[in-house]
Amino acid sequence: MIQRLRVRYAKRGRLRFTSHRDISRAVERAVRRAGIPVAFSAGFTPHPKISYAGAAATGVASEAEYLEIGLTETRDPARVRADLDAALPSGLDIVDVVPVGTGRAGDAPVRPGAFTDRLQASEWRIRLDGVSRSDAAAAVAAFMAADDIEVERLTKKGRRRFDVRAAVHALETSPGEPSGDRSHGQDRRAAGVADAPCAILRMVVRHCTPAVRPDDILTGLRLVADLAPPSPPLVTRLAQGPLDADTGGLADPLDPDREPVRDGAGDGAGPAGDPRPGEAASVDAVSA
Amino acid sequence: MPVQSIFPRLEPLLPRVQKPIQYVGGELNSQVKDWDEAEVRWALMYPDAYEVGLPNQGVQILYEILNERDGVLAERTYSVWPDMEAVMRENGIPQFTVDAHRPVAAFDVFGVSFSTELGYTNLLTALDLAGIPLESADRTDEHPIVLAGGHAAFNPEPIADFLDAAVLGDGEEIALAITEVVREWKAEGSPGGRDELLLRLASSGGVYVPRFYDVSYLPDGRIQRVAPARPGVPWRVEKHTVMDLDQWPYPKKPLVPLAETVHERFSVEIFRGCTRGCRFCQAGMITRPVRERSITTIGEMVDQGLRESGFQEVGLLSLSSADHSEIGDVAKGLADRYEGTNTSLSLPSTRVDAFNITLANEFSRGGRRSGLTFAPEGGSERMRKVINKMVTEDDLIRTVTTAYENGWRQVKLYFMCGLPTEEDEDVLAIADMAKRVIRAGREATGRRDIRCTVSIGGFVPKPHTPFQWAAQCDHETVDRRLRALKDALRGDREYGRAIGLRYHDGQPSIVEGLLSRGDRRVGRVIRAVWEDGGRFDGWSEHFSYERWTACAAEVFAGEPVDLDWYTVREREEVEVLPWDHLDAGLDREWLWQDWRDAVDGTEVEDCRWTPCYDCGVCPTMGTEIQIGPTGRRLLPLSVV
Repeated sequence: MIQRLRVRYAKRGRLRFTSHRDISRAVERAVRRAGIPVAFSAGFTPHPKISYAGAAATGVASEAEYLEIGLTETRDPARVRADLDAALPSGLDIVDVVPVGTGRAGDAPVRPGAFTDRLQASEWRIRLDGVSRSDAAAAVAAFMAADDIEVERLTKKGRRRFDVRAAVHALETSPGEPSGDRSHGQDRRAAGVADAPCAILRMVVRHCTPAVRPDDILTGLRLVADLAPPSPPLVTRLAQGPLDADTGGLADPLDPDREPVRDGAGDGAGPAGDPRPGEAASVDAVSA
Repeated sequence: MPVQSIFPRLEPLLPRVQKPIQYVGGELNSQVKDWDEAEVRWALMYPDAYEVGLPNQGVQILYEILNERDGVLAERTYSVWPDMEAVMRENGIPQFTVDAHRPVAAFDVFGVSFSTELGYTNLLTALDLAGIPLESADRTDEHPIVLAGGHAAFNPEPIADFLDAAVLGDGEEIALAITEVVREWKAEGSPGGRDELLLRLASSGGVYVPRFYDVSYLPDGRIQRVAPARPGVPWRVEKHTVMDLDQWPYPKKPLVPLAETVHERFSVEIFRGCTRGCRFCQAGMITRPVRERSITTIGEMVDQGLRESGFQEVGLLSLSSADHSEIGDVAKGLADRYEGTNTSLSLPSTRVDAFNITLANEFSRGGRRSGLTFAPEGGSERMRKVINKMVTEDDLIRTVTTAYENGWRQVKLYFMCGLPTEEDEDVLAIADMAKRVIRAGREATGRRDIRCTVSIGGFVPKPHTPFQWAAQCDHETVDRRLRALKDALRGDREYGRAIGLRYHDGQPSIVEGLLSRGDRRVGRVIRAVWEDGGRFDGWSEHFSYERWTACAAEVFAGEPVDLDWYTVREREEVEVLPWDHLDAGLDREWLWQDWRDAVDGTEVEDCRWTPCYDCGVCPTMGTEIQIGPTGRRLLPLSVV
């Protein structure tokens, strides 16, 4: 393995229904179609060296998923970004590609797990159709006022009760229809539900064990304020990264890998116009 | 009128169903054409779950061929799982295509590909969800033409009432011909409505329209005759045969789904048809003659298919892949071309033949040699003579010995139980054969970790085969023989632990038998089972034998026929069979002679290498055997 690339990708629109296994197969095939010289593991059943840092659940959209890919030859990250994106189905979109170990963190050998350590928290947006903004705001206030909120869920280790309040770094209602959210909005509007009430929640939730997921927060909101959305919520992960103590937001977890100065940055070699964490992500409509 | 996508209504419901990705579409190489620009619109269905239906070659080929034409649009639809069916009914969502999520009822032709009869209840679910009346007689001009194809369509009589039309044989050319008939009829302003369109299709001679044939019965329940009910409708409907596979190199752009499916590879059909003459094999009888795809076309298709799909595995498909006249060169050429690229090659359906070990070695060059599969089908020499599977036990032992010597550790053997003339000892002979295989493997390698897995399926007599007259073995007998075989293997201290046994109980085969050789009266049973909740009969967790027997008893009460009559009853030569008016090209007298030869244990050679034995296909269908070698070479394409 000559080069390692960290890749940020998005799972948008109807492609949010892909499972993690689906994505991993799609990426493997896209890598082959794009002619990217992926490294393979040794052994009887060689596997391409592609590893994933966590994964949003099936049905959850995301603007910030991460994978790492090992190459047998050095490739321009910008080219890889464009080629891989073109080879993936629309809705699985490559946002950013950064080589590992050439940036500020480049001098030290990269420890296993070091990257996932950077993913301290996620920023989520939850769209609740059929819920009024005032009901949502009241529920959020009650949630934030509580010291702890115990929910019960089936985890891999069986049924568990755990507190969801402590992991919530921030939670607020967000004004109106998020700009550019056409992938969900358009379809719903076509169905004639655009005039129905709709609340948007935004939250920053720390990664912990057991994981506190957006649906756990919704369970918590139901427990403290009887908030019961009439239809399935649309959940989008907007960002993952280290918690920024100053802003309370999330920093870009790829920043430590980036070169401070880079030749030819004008050809898109940088973050390729990706939305910065914390900003409203522009979500491309998936062509119908 | 523009046809709306149902996706906005579907999307909020998807979180409520299992594996929602299967209903989303957007597969690589799928396409959505403009509705209003299309003159003829096809909805293509494989009547099983998406994970089984998507890889189906037939549907993929027709999808691509139809969409390549200007003015023609084709989209796909699959059976929805019961959880989705409930959600759709609750919310009034019709059966939809996965490409543009258009309602199936809005299309001109609803083409359904039946590889197996166990998809019949799923057809009814799809029709009902689509809002298309279940019975052809109740449909109006606004409904699509419901058209069946695939191997089961060689006897579509059990679903005749639910179909408007059926097509026998290769679909490439006839699908385009039907498209032209529909296009002309629509361009003329749809004169005479649905009836006229069906009459135009029927009078072409290549499309079977069940409603234009009357079936009468004898007092004892047998068919008296099947006759055209209209002038201009032919007495017999012929199958279709594509004669130059190099002219039809499809799929060029294989569909690559996001969801996991049963076949995760790019498959190339290397030839169609098989003349080995295995008497149980419907596919081998109805797809004659053998037509090879040339080595150069195979090479180009593999290259393009891998580039278009990103698949990591290539399957060389056919009914007996090692029989391709240039298979050695194909195997070596592909192995050379893809060496070191982590591309694997597979060769399904190979015969018991030491030559195949050479091929398998080539295909696993540098990789893992886990298991090889062979299909002796019959446990005893006598049984194999009856079914015309010309392989001796010594052949088999020689073959597996070579395999074990070459580093293979596991051999899988396929057999059938319930074959005509079968006795208990024929099935017990499977145990002896498996033990000999283990012994040979241990001797050849000096190792103890040799394994052999025995897989057994229940035999179902099929139309258009020499066994179409045979009595199907009752499921009690099949189960008893399988139990005895299991005891014989388990009880063996020396070899028992090295041999695995896989089998299913005999009941589903009886229902498959009813549907395979049934006539139009069986349609009422299918409908009753479906109304009682029958779905996905090919899936053991959904299949209910009790439901089928109860419905059959109810429907046939007071009639001279019953479930046994259709299954375990042997037919006489003179009996009119429900599919006699459907022409697979096989001479009926030859089939009968082959049936008598079977009972006598007389074998028949493969006509590719020995003189013609007059099965009838080539002269009546105007076809001929097309095999190499061509002497050409796989193109030395470079690998990216």
